[in-house]
Order: sequence, then structure tokens, then C-alpha cells
Amino acid sequence: MPRADLVVLNGPEIETLDPHVLTGQADGRVSGALFEGLTRFDPVSGRGIPGLAERWDVSPDGRRYTFHLRTNAAFSTGEPIRAEDFVWSWRHAVDPSTAADYSGFFFYVKGGKELVIGTSTNLASLGIRALDPLTMEVELVNPTSFFVDLCAMRIMAVVPRWTVERLGDQWVRAEPLPCSGAFELVAWLPNNRVRVRKNPRYWDAASVRPRVVDFLSSDSPSTALNLYLTGEVDVLIEKNLIPLELNDVLLKRPDFHTFSYLGTYFMRFNVTRKPFDNVRVRRAMSLVLDKWRIVDRITKLGERPTSAITPPGTGGYSPPPGLGQNLCVATNAADRAAAFAANVAEAKRLLAEAGYPEGRGFPTFTYMFNAGGGGGSRTHEKIAVEFQAMLQEHLGIQMELRPVEWKTYLSEMSRLNYDVIRGSWVGDYQDPTTFLDCFLADSGNNRTGWKNARYDALLEQAAGTSEPAARVALLQEAETLLCRDEVPILPVFTYTGLYSYDPNRVGGIHPNLTDEHPVSAMFLKR
Amino acid sequence: MRYFLRRLAFLVPLVWVIVTLAFFLVRVAPGGPFDRERKPASPAVERALAEKYHLDESLGSQYLRFLGLKWETGSDGRWHRAPGGLLVGDLGLSLKYRNHTVADIIRQGLPVSLTLGILAFGFAMGFGIPIGFYTAVQRGSWGDWIGSLLALVVICVPSFVLGPVLILVFGLQLGWFPVGLWGAPLQAVLPMAALGLFFGGRVARLMREGMTQSLQSEYIRTARAKGASELRVLLRHAFPTAVMPVISYSGPMLADLLTGSFVVENIFQIPGIGVFMVNSSLSRDYTMVVGLVLLYAILLLVLNLLVDLAYGLLDPRVRYE
Repeated sequence: MPRADLVVLNGPEIETLDPHVLTGQADGRVSGALFEGLTRFDPVSGRGIPGLAERWDVSPDGRRYTFHLRTNAAFSTGEPIRAEDFVWSWRHAVDPSTAADYSGFFFYVKGGKELVIGTSTNLASLGIRALDPLTMEVELVNPTSFFVDLCAMRIMAVVPRWTVERLGDQWVRAEPLPCSGAFELVAWLPNNRVRVRKNPRYWDAASVRPRVVDFLSSDSPSTALNLYLTGEVDVLIEKNLIPLELNDVLLKRPDFHTFSYLGTYFMRFNVTRKPFDNVRVRRAMSLVLDKWRIVDRITKLGERPTSAITPPGTGGYSPPPGLGQNLCVATNAADRAAAFAANVAEAKRLLAEAGYPEGRGFPTFTYMFNAGGGGGSRTHEKIAVEFQAMLQEHLGIQMELRPVEWKTYLSEMSRLNYDVIRGSWVGDYQDPTTFLDCFLADSGNNRTGWKNARYDALLEQAAGTSEPAARVALLQEAETLLCRDEVPILPVFTYTGLYSYDPNRVGGIHPNLTDEHPVSAMFLKR
Repeated sequence: MRYFLRRLAFLVPLVWVIVTLAFFLVRVAPGGPFDRERKPASPAVERALAEKYHLDESLGSQYLRFLGLKWETGSDGRWHRAPGGLLVGDLGLSLKYRNHTVADIIRQGLPVSLTLGILAFGFAMGFGIPIGFYTAVQRGSWGDWIGSLLALVVICVPSFVLGPVLILVFGLQLGWFPVGLWGAPLQAVLPMAALGLFFGGRVARLMREGMTQSLQSEYIRTARAKGASELRVLLRHAFPTAVMPVISYSGPMLADLLTGSFVVENIFQIPGIGVFMVNSSLSRDYTMVVGLVLLYAILLLVLNLLVDLAYGLLDPRVRYE
């Protein structure tokens, strides 16, 4: 194979190209090049901009969207894309027999939740209707200001009905594969590469610059770096593929770029186990973690310590101060030292109140984390060791470390079979609910055992509120409950993303909070 | 001949036992193929996913299905055998790469791993035999000392160190060879060396030992006494016996090379099968684990059989009853 115009090192091997069932970010990058929805991600802001729909109208109550499709929208194999195709695609995505992990995004659409949960099986009850071949109407449960962002999600993409009906789950293996996005599939070689070429029937084909793009997979940071340094690869898009050991050197280079995105590193307490059912214990443990030490000495990419689960700037929302916030906002070393000393004093008091003065009588417990995680540089382990030392030093309590491999980690976390465990969450869209919804009592992503009726009520109330300021106030109240008062989780820092490309050679890559960098916008400077 | 037919017949139950063990062991490990960082949207979706790949069934039923001995009532209400299964040569879909069958992935990756293994085999022989030969002939000289040290060093340095060192020197510094990927002949050079050098070192030592022993034996003295030229003595008389240990080592070596390429494939981003062998068990890709265990079991057993066969042919003293 001759070299592609643009070679992107995409991270782990992709599992599927099917936009409705994929789960990984690497899969999403490739699938996003092949399939489009009503909207697509803006390479600059990472938010939804017109895709196959050229415009939309929103009803005054914010619950009814009318999308107008482009007249020239077509699959790469020539079939036009019409409103009926979207209706069918969305019904296919919510159908539990499709088994789409991410079908939760349809909870916002009327009837979606019932279908996904399985209380209804009538697919026609999903709030989407074709008014005419080029117009469709979507009914939402609540006014959802970020709905057009959601429409850019892979699972909202339009798929070729006749192919899916013919080949079922294996439809993405069709040759030729009818694609609705900026590119069409040339070859999909497992553990090797996915090659795509420009889709000449794409409505915006004129502005797609690369003719042929290769997505390479690798899970070895040093291999990825070697390929990049020798020019085999133009863009290293996956942060985990940059060897953290070399951060100090690489960050000084003009071709390594950091950016903020919606990701938070945190720890979960299992509140169903003693002594973590006691909020004072959780608070005390939270307060003695010196988060600056972790970002300055371990992660070192300019991550920001945080006391909130929602990263700043999420859809114009600023998170309220969480527990120990004074430490996170301190700007100089003296302030940090003072803030930390105050936190430690408070922690000691709380632990004594909880019945464990100086840590006496505190049971030994374990901290679980996925070994080998964090780009092979054992970040999780280093953070665990720091936390262990701080608990011992400041509270006199013993924490044992329990590194486990990835699948064990996930399984133990889901089954609440841990004491304290590492966690992280990456937001999908630019709204705080992408984080806050995780900790609803019935959320599968909660995984702490923490249930709070008031928290659930606040989020539900916020969902029904269309007035932005009132909504933000409700969300902040909920987040205060989560991160300052109840602390079933211990937020540590907000992630910093990192990618590398030579800015003199490659263009069209922009930092954005959703970490969406469509290849259709990338180009090589000659 | 009868001996080998018996050995062959014995392979089948042996492979069955190995595969059955793999089938159950991989399912004992905590977590499953569909456990991810995020929970599926609802328990209904999670159930549907398990159902699709029959993970909701009892282990016994899954095992029968895997073998192809599962009978069930179909959508038409009639009793029929569930499609697929080992007995009809169908290993099923990979549970992680759900749009590829296990056979698909093996078909794409195995030729690459085999090519790499055979290249490394050739490299090990081409590296080891001349060095062993030379160091034995020049015993005690500086050349012997350097050659033997080299052989020792490559044995001691594991491929996960050797690979990056080769990349650093010949790829990044000198720029002679590509640092990874697969397809062009030059891309094969560094991985071939990284994989083959260790074995080359072993071959060199075996060759040196064999040659040394051979040179001290009576028939060499006789050959010399006859007045044969030194070159003829070395090549015609000493070499054939000296190379025997290398040949008997070459069977296990080939098996090691074919199945042990994971590290090198990973370092050089080579689309072989070794990467899947390791990753599939980590990702609980049940079907893939079992498929690859089956593949490797057959590969190793057949290679062993061939080595035994070769012994019989090369050394008339070996007789199989």
C-alpha cells in the first residue's frame, strides 16, 4: 500500500466501525469519519454544527426540534439520505436487540428511555417523525439546550437501512460500505490499519482536504513515538500514546500540544462498607490528599487540581467549590502550604469525631486501581503510593494497595467489591450533566453505592428547567451536595490532553473540551 | 510409520483437552468481554448483548455450542443443531472485534507471524552457525573471544531491550531501517534481528561446542593423517557431526520463534497474531483465546512431531517403536 496523504496514530485497535454500537474513542474517530448525523462536531469548538441537516428550528418551549435535511445528502454508494433514513436509524439504535451501550443518549428523546430500558417495545413511540422527505421532527422529554451537540454523537448517525437489514450486526463488513460521512472505507485490516478515502458524494466534499487517510493502531507509547519521529505517522492523536517518562523533554518541543478537555480523575469510596459509610471518614480522607503534589510530580502535563467532578468551562458552567477547594485555587506555594495545613487540621478533627482519633482503631483497607494503566507509565500506581503515604502521615491510617488488571478492576468496581477505588470520567458533551448524571441513584456508572434522593430530585428539576441561570443554580446545588457535603467521590484533577503534530506541516487540529478532532478538517500544508 | 500414525491419532484428544481447559479457564477469570468503563445504557441492553453472544447461557450449554453439539428449537419451532461450532471448523466471532471472526483474524495475522518467525529462524542460523564455526576453529584467539562474547551478550539481552536498542541505533540515529510497520522488505530487518539474535546466540554456542568436540575426535585425526586439506577436514569431516546439536535444537527453536513473537510484534507494530494472543486474554475475548490456543496447540504438537521424525531420519541410531 502506498502511503496515505495523512496518517493518524489512533490509539488502541478499534473494535468496530458500527456507529451505533461502538464504545471506544478510537473507534469513534474512525467511525466519525465514515458516518454523519444531523449535526457533526465543529473541529474548533467540539460542539454540534450543521451536518446532514442544514438547519433546524426549535419550538418556544425548547422541546420540539424540526430539522431540515440537505437536498444533496447521500450515501457514498449513491442513495439519497432522507428523513425516513434517520427515523429508521434512530429506532435501530434504541432497539435493545441492537444492544447499543450508548443508547442512553436517547433518554432525552421522548419515548427513548422506555425503549432502552425495555418497558416499551413499540419503536414507533420514539419521538422522531418524518414530516416530508427532507424534514423531520424530534420531540424531547425536556428542553435540552445541548441537544444539537448530542446529534453529532456517533450513535445518532444515519446508517444504510438496506445494508443493516441484509447483513445484521455484520453490516459494517459490506463491500462497498455505504457511508454517510466525509470518507468512505477502503480497507479495514485488524491490528494493522483502517484506510479511508474521501467520499466524493459527501455534501461538503469540496472542503475535505486529505484524499486518503490511514488510521494506525498501537498500544505501545514508545512504538507510537518512534513512528511519529521517523515520519511514518503525521499525527499522534491519542494522549495515552505519548510516553509520560519523556514529558519533560517532549513538552518543550513545538510539535507537542496540550489542551484541556472534559476529563476528571477521581477516587470512589464504597459507601456501603464501613467505615466509608461515615461521611466524616470520607471527608477526612479527601482533605489529606495533596493534589498539587500529584499534578506537579506525577502527571506533569499541567493538570489542574480540582475539588469538583465537573471540569471548568463545561458549557459555560463553573463548578461550585467542593471540599478542600481552597487548596486547589491557591496560586503560590505559601498559600498552598497554608491551605493544605488547614485541610489536614480539619481532617484530623473529622477523623476523631468519627471515632478514630489519630487513626486509632481504623481498619486496614485496600485501594484498588488498574495496574499498567495510564499509558504504561504506572501513573495510577504512583498516585496510589502518594495517597497511601499521605493517609499514613497525616491521619495515621493504613491503606493497602491492590493493583488489578483492567477487566478485574471493572468487574470489582461494578459489583462494589472494593473499599476505595480509582475512577475517571470523560464527558461526552459540553454540559455538566454529562458528569453529574453518573451519580444518580439508578445510574450504572455510579458504582459507589451512594444514593441521595435530594441529589436525584435536583437533577430532575434542572432537567425540566429551560431558564439557563436557574438551571445552573440547581446543578451547582447538586454538585455541592456531591463534592462538598457527601463526598462519595474524591476528585483529584482535571485531565490535560496531549497530541502531537508538526504545526508547520499539519493543520486543522484545534484544542477543544470534547476532545473531538475530525480528520475531515485536517490537512497537510505543502 | 505406525508410530507416527499413533502419535497423530493421539494429537486429537490432546488438542481437545487443551482447548476444553482454555474454554473454561478463560471464563473463570473475573469480568467479561463486555465489561467496560461505562455501563451500558440499561440492564436490558446489557442482557441483549449477552444474549446475542450466548453468554447468558449456562457454561455447559455454551460449551456444547462451542463444540457444535448444541441442539435447540429454531424460530420456525423445529429442533435443529445450532449453527457453527468447532466440529464444523467454525471458531465464531471475536467478542472484542465483533465484526471479525476468529478465523478472519488468524488468516490475516498468522502469515505475518509465520514470515517473521521464519525470517528470524534464517537469521539465527545465518548468525549462529558461522560464528560458532569460526570461534571453534580459532579457539583461544581474540576472534574466538569476541565472537563468544557476542553470542553470550545476545543471549542475555531480552528482546524488549534489544528491540528498542536496535531501533535507537539503526532506526532513529543512523536512519538505515524503518522503526516499525510491516510490508516492505526493509521493515522486516530490525524485527527479524530483534527476534532472531537470542536464538542466534544459542545456535552459535551449540555450534561452537559441537565443532570443538568434533575437532578433537579420532576421525578428524585420521582425516588429517590421510593428508586431507584443512578446509576439507573442517567442512567435510568435522562440520556434519558438529551441526547435529543445532539441528535438534532447531525444532523447538522454530516453535519458540513462531509462538513467541508477541514482544517484537508489539515493539515494531507488526500486524501479526502474537499481539492477539496476549490481548485477547486481557480483554476476555473468549472465542479468540480458545481459537488461538487451538492454533498454537496444533502448531506446537505438529512441530514436535516433525522434530522427532527428523531425528529418526538424521540419526540412524534413533528408532521409534
